[in-house]
Amino acid sequence: MTTAQPLIQARGLVKRFGDFTAVDGIDVEVRSGEAFGFLGPNGAGKSSTMRMVGCISPPTAGELRILGMDPVRDGPAIRARLGVCPQLDNLDPELTVRENLTTYARYFGIPRRVARARAAELLDFVQLTERADSRVDPLSGGMKRRLTIARALVNEPEIVLLDEPTTGLDPQARHLVWERLFRLKQQGVTLVLTTHYMDEAEQLCDRLVVMDGGRIVAEGSPRALIQRHSTREVVELRFAAESQEPFAGKLDGLGERVEVLPDRILLYVHDGDAAVAEVGALGLTPANVLVRRSSLEDVFLHLTGRTLVD
Amino acid sequence: MSVVSLVLPRLVDVSAASRRSASVTERNVAALRSVYWLLLVSGFVEPLLYLLSIGVGVGALIGDIPVPGGEVVTYAAFVAPAMLASSAMSGALSETTFNFFGKIKYMKLYDGVIATPVRPFEIALGELAWAMLRGSTYSAAFLAVMVLMDLTTTARALVAFPAAVLVGFAFGALGMATATFMRSWQDFDLMGSAQFTLFLFSGTFVPAESYPTVLRWLVEVTPLYRAVHLIRGISVGVDGWAWVLDVLYLLAALGLGLLIASRRMGGLLYK
Repeated sequence: MTTAQPLIQARGLVKRFGDFTAVDGIDVEVRSGEAFGFLGPNGAGKSSTMRMVGCISPPTAGELRILGMDPVRDGPAIRARLGVCPQLDNLDPELTVRENLTTYARYFGIPRRVARARAAELLDFVQLTERADSRVDPLSGGMKRRLTIARALVNEPEIVLLDEPTTGLDPQARHLVWERLFRLKQQGVTLVLTTHYMDEAEQLCDRLVVMDGGRIVAEGSPRALIQRHSTREVVELRFAAESQEPFAGKLDGLGERVEVLPDRILLYVHDGDAAVAEVGALGLTPANVLVRRSSLEDVFLHLTGRTLVD
Repeated sequence: MSVVSLVLPRLVDVSAASRRSASVTERNVAALRSVYWLLLVSGFVEPLLYLLSIGVGVGALIGDIPVPGGEVVTYAAFVAPAMLASSAMSGALSETTFNFFGKIKYMKLYDGVIATPVRPFEIALGELAWAMLRGSTYSAAFLAVMVLMDLTTTARALVAFPAAVLVGFAFGALGMATATFMRSWQDFDLMGSAQFTLFLFSGTFVPAESYPTVLRWLVEVTPLYRAVHLIRGISVGVDGWAWVLDVLYLLAALGLGLLIASRRMGGLLYK
C-alpha cells in the first residue's frame, strides 16, 4: 500500500564532519508501509543518514522531509512518531528491563497506566517477560537488542528506524528479530533499516539502496538488483593447487564474468549446469564445484568491491 | 483570534516542554536505589560537622561578632547560614557535575533520550529539578538543625528555605554548564579546588569586610559570596536592600547556566 506523499524524502542530502563527507548528496524516498533498506560496507554513510532521518543530526546541505515536516524545525513533532533502534544499544543501565520501557514511554508523554500496559505487551512481543525485573547489564547481547527494539515501539511509531538491528546476534536471536520485524511490517509499520547482512536485506526489504563512500550506487528491489548487477547463477570452482590464477586464464570467456579469489574462482553465468559442463569439456577438473543462485551478496561485492573497509 | 493563534501554540509548547522536563526528573526517581540514600546522608552530615567543629568549637574562642546590620551575633550563628549556602551549593554541584557528566559521557544516557521528543534544554531543566530535590532536602534538614540550636528563628528559617533553593538552582545550572566542558574525570580535581576555595573565602568563616579592598571586591562577585550574603541576611538580620542584588545575581547565574548547558548539550548530542 502506498500513498502519494512519501514518508521520508531526501534530495541532495549531505552530511559533513569537518573535512570528512559522510553522506555525499543522496536522493531517497520511502513510502508508507514499505520496508526500506540501506545496504553498504562500514563507513558508507548509512548510520549518518539514519541519524539525520531520526532528527538527531542536522543535515549539512540538501533537502529532507520526514512525515511532511522539517527535521530541524519540527524535531520533537517528528520524533514523537518515530521509533529508533540505534546501532549501539543505549539502554538505561540504572533501570530494570521494564523500567527502561515505562520511563522511555514517559519521554513521549504517554500516561503511566498506558505505559505499564504497553511495556507488558512489548516485553511479551520480544520474549523478555521473564527478565522484566532484571537490570540491563546482565542481559545477553540478543536480549539487549530485543529490548532496544521493544523500546523503539513504545510510542506506537509510524516509522521504525533500525540501524543494523541484528549485528552481533547469534542465529537464533537473529531469526527471532527478523520474525518480529516481519510482523511489524504486516501491521503496516514502515521499516527503514541498515544492514550489511545480505540475507537480512533479502528477507526484509521491499526496496533498498546500496551505499558506498557516502553515495548511492544502486537502487531497487533485491530481485531487481540481482537481475541488473549480477547473473542468474554463480559457479564456484575450487582447484587443488597453490594458486587458482593459472586456471582462470583458461576459463576466459566463460559466462559474463570470471572473478578470481585466493581460494576459488567464481563464474557469473546464466546457466550454472551448462557452465560446469563446459568447464569439463575444457579438460579442467576442479576439486570442488558449487552451483548456486546469485544473491544480493554478489551484487553488493560487485558494486562496493572486495577490499576491506573499516 | 490572532492573539489566540499566536499565544496558544506557545502555551502548549511551554506545557509540553515542562512535561518533558518532568519526565527526565521522573527517570531519576525511578533510578533511585538504596545505595543512593547513603550518598544523600553524607551531603547533609558534612556541613553539620563544619558547623559543630568550627562554628561552635572555634566560635567559643572567637566570641561574638558584628554583622553588617549592626547586630552582634554568636560566631556559630554567623557561620551557620554560610554552611547552609555551601551545602546547597555542593549538593547541587555534585549532582549536576559528577552525575551529569557520567550520564552524558559514559552512560550515554541522553543519546537515547534525544531520539524522543525531549530536547536538550528540557533534559537540562529536568536534571536540574532533580538536583534541586536533593539540594532542597539538605537545606530543609540543615535549617531545622539551625532552629533547634537556636541559631535562627522558625520564621526566618521559613524565608531562608526558598533562598537556599534558589542558591541550589543557580549552582546546579552553573555546574551543569561546567560539566559540558569537562573532558575527563581529572578535570573534576580542578573543579573541586575551585569549589573549596569558594567555600573558604566567600565570607563563610570571616566577614568579607575584613579583607583588603581589592580582594574584598573579588570575593563579592563570586556566586557563593552572594549566596552566603543572601542567606545570612535572612537568618540574622537584613542589611538594607542588598538582598535584591543577591537574588538578581543568582537568577542571572541560573539563566546563564541553563542556556550554556543546553546549547553545549545540543552541540554534543546532535552530531
